[in-house]
Amino acid sequence: MSSASLNVEIRRIRDLAPGIREFSLSRTDGDDFPVYSGGSHIVLSLPLGERTHRNPYSLLGDPTDRKTWRVAVRKQEDSRGGSRWLHEQAREGMRIDIAAPVNLFALNRLGRRHILVAGGIGITPILSQARELARLGADFEVHYAYRAPEYGVFVDELEALAPGRIHHYVQSRREQIEFSSLLAGRPLGTHFYICGPGGMVAASMNAGKALGWPESHLHSEQFLAPTGGEPFDVKLTASGKAFTVPSDLSLLEAIEQQGVDAPYLCRGGACGQCELEVVDASGELIHHDLYLSAEERASGKKIMPCVSRLKGGCLTLNL
Amino acid sequence: MTIAFKPDETFRGTYTYRNSPKGIRRFPFPFHQDQYMYSVNMEPHTKGPEGSVFENAFDIDEHYIAEMRDRAITLERDPGRCVSLPHMMDAEWDTLELIMESLSRDYPELFTLTKDGDRWHWVNKPLGIDQTFTFGNAATLPCPPFEYITRQTQGDFVIMDQRDNNLFADSGMITSQADWSLMFDAGMSFMEWHGPVPLAHELGVFERALKYLLMLQQGRPVRRLNWTMTINPRLDTSPETYPEWGPDRASVTPDNVGDKVHLRVELQALFRLPRSNGMLFSIRGYLASMNELATYPRWAKRLHRVLSTLPNELAEYKGLVRYKPTTLEWLSKFDDGEVLPAGTQPE
Repeated sequence: MSSASLNVEIRRIRDLAPGIREFSLSRTDGDDFPVYSGGSHIVLSLPLGERTHRNPYSLLGDPTDRKTWRVAVRKQEDSRGGSRWLHEQAREGMRIDIAAPVNLFALNRLGRRHILVAGGIGITPILSQARELARLGADFEVHYAYRAPEYGVFVDELEALAPGRIHHYVQSRREQIEFSSLLAGRPLGTHFYICGPGGMVAASMNAGKALGWPESHLHSEQFLAPTGGEPFDVKLTASGKAFTVPSDLSLLEAIEQQGVDAPYLCRGGACGQCELEVVDASGELIHHDLYLSAEERASGKKIMPCVSRLKGGCLTLNL
Repeated sequence: MTIAFKPDETFRGTYTYRNSPKGIRRFPFPFHQDQYMYSVNMEPHTKGPEGSVFENAFDIDEHYIAEMRDRAITLERDPGRCVSLPHMMDAEWDTLELIMESLSRDYPELFTLTKDGDRWHWVNKPLGIDQTFTFGNAATLPCPPFEYITRQTQGDFVIMDQRDNNLFADSGMITSQADWSLMFDAGMSFMEWHGPVPLAHELGVFERALKYLLMLQQGRPVRRLNWTMTINPRLDTSPETYPEWGPDRASVTPDNVGDKVHLRVELQALFRLPRSNGMLFSIRGYLASMNELATYPRWAKRLHRVLSTLPNELAEYKGLVRYKPTTLEWLSKFDDGEVLPAGTQPE
């Protein structure tokens, strides 16, 4: 049940800043890409040796551009291979498979005003959202925080899109977003969107809630890279497989390596599609996802195998 | 493939609608087994067997021209059967694009679409339409894009906006509904809209369906069948016109069951829309009289068993209570008790 996939060629690679590269992709069959909605992401299938590594990246270009899709990738310090491959191995002309766009960070079209906030590489979905809002003639503003001037990689594109509505916060100049003032006194019908590091997202959500914002008007996106961890054993009841998940593979990747077709979409703990039923767990479930509720976690009956693991012992799944 | 259209048949007054033998054979009979209960019976809406109603994304059949005329009559009488909220304009264009691309690809002898950038040229031969317009500019069409294209496509349509982890019925072209009101339901959330359906809520059907649909992907539409029964081959069975058709339920006699009572099957499909992230819900209806269905005894037997075991709440909700006994009596002639293997096939 993998996603409908498209084969694309890496047409252009641009180094935007230290550790940040942009990839322009076009279809190898010569057809046009479909359009997509602002905030969408795609999943790239990267050929890492004998295994395929799948990472989600937000589409950052013009959603109506049917010839070229663009993603930007920051090299992760603790990369398990995906972003490192894109930074070290990927070359123009290479072909890879990608999955059709999915949007887990969509704009609310009833919003009267939209506040977009990006931290670092979190600018990517914000850019396509801003383009969509500009096309719709909607009322919006962008707050873009980055480490140092050279890391403000999409400043020019943003300024061209919405002159006067882009606010910059440069960490090296000790500038930072004060969410309690940014979110205060906003009229009803305002929607807030943030993509950035976990701490920044949490701070903004807390500020919004403290100010009485309804949760339905606070939108965030974070993709979690699957963190490795200790190896653990897995038994699959329906397919009758038993195997060990090594420390450098996610549970989902290990299941796929066994040739078992498991559902997935975002592979980043956000969408809920890969949810599996836990039959038995002789160790501690380590949930890393953003999807399961506190009660669901406490029940010990569900796990999102794209990012979560077991600590010690054996995990039995209904799959 | 050529379709012999029946442009003059009617869905009101004289009720001259009939299915050809080929039309009966491709009827999407919905009952796999002898009993019916709600379920999340969704499957990928992929290309089905040639000639079947599942062959194409949007099925066009011999009733196309007549159905589009009936829709025009209903809209003339009640323009409120087409509703679209202001934030749905992107989704309207998404829908127009999806339908025009599908029809011109699947029925090249009937529909053609040529694009020169945003300048589009659409030709609908059966309805005699030749339109050049600018994609994205509603002023270049004779009416808004959703109304424009759904006046040319069989079936009812709802576009749902996705927000707050929910789906809202924010646009609709509804002229052949099974007794629900678009004016009443417009803007409702998924659960509100399905509020009146009996038993299914308790089974958790809608919760699971919603969770599934929120993750529906571009290019991977899904479908399911739903059904009810209708007296006379009438498309406009809306609450707004209930006085015109409601009393017909009392007109069924042992002599006219075969002609008057129709099984009404909805082929429902759901498509993720790309630029709006909305979802198109198509409700493509098929009508077959008891006489037509009984040309395949297997179907008559199966329907007899399904109706005789149908829970009362469902019969009540579907509005069958009044004529169910007469219909059962008529169908019982065909039911010799033969064990029917699972499956919906006619023979």
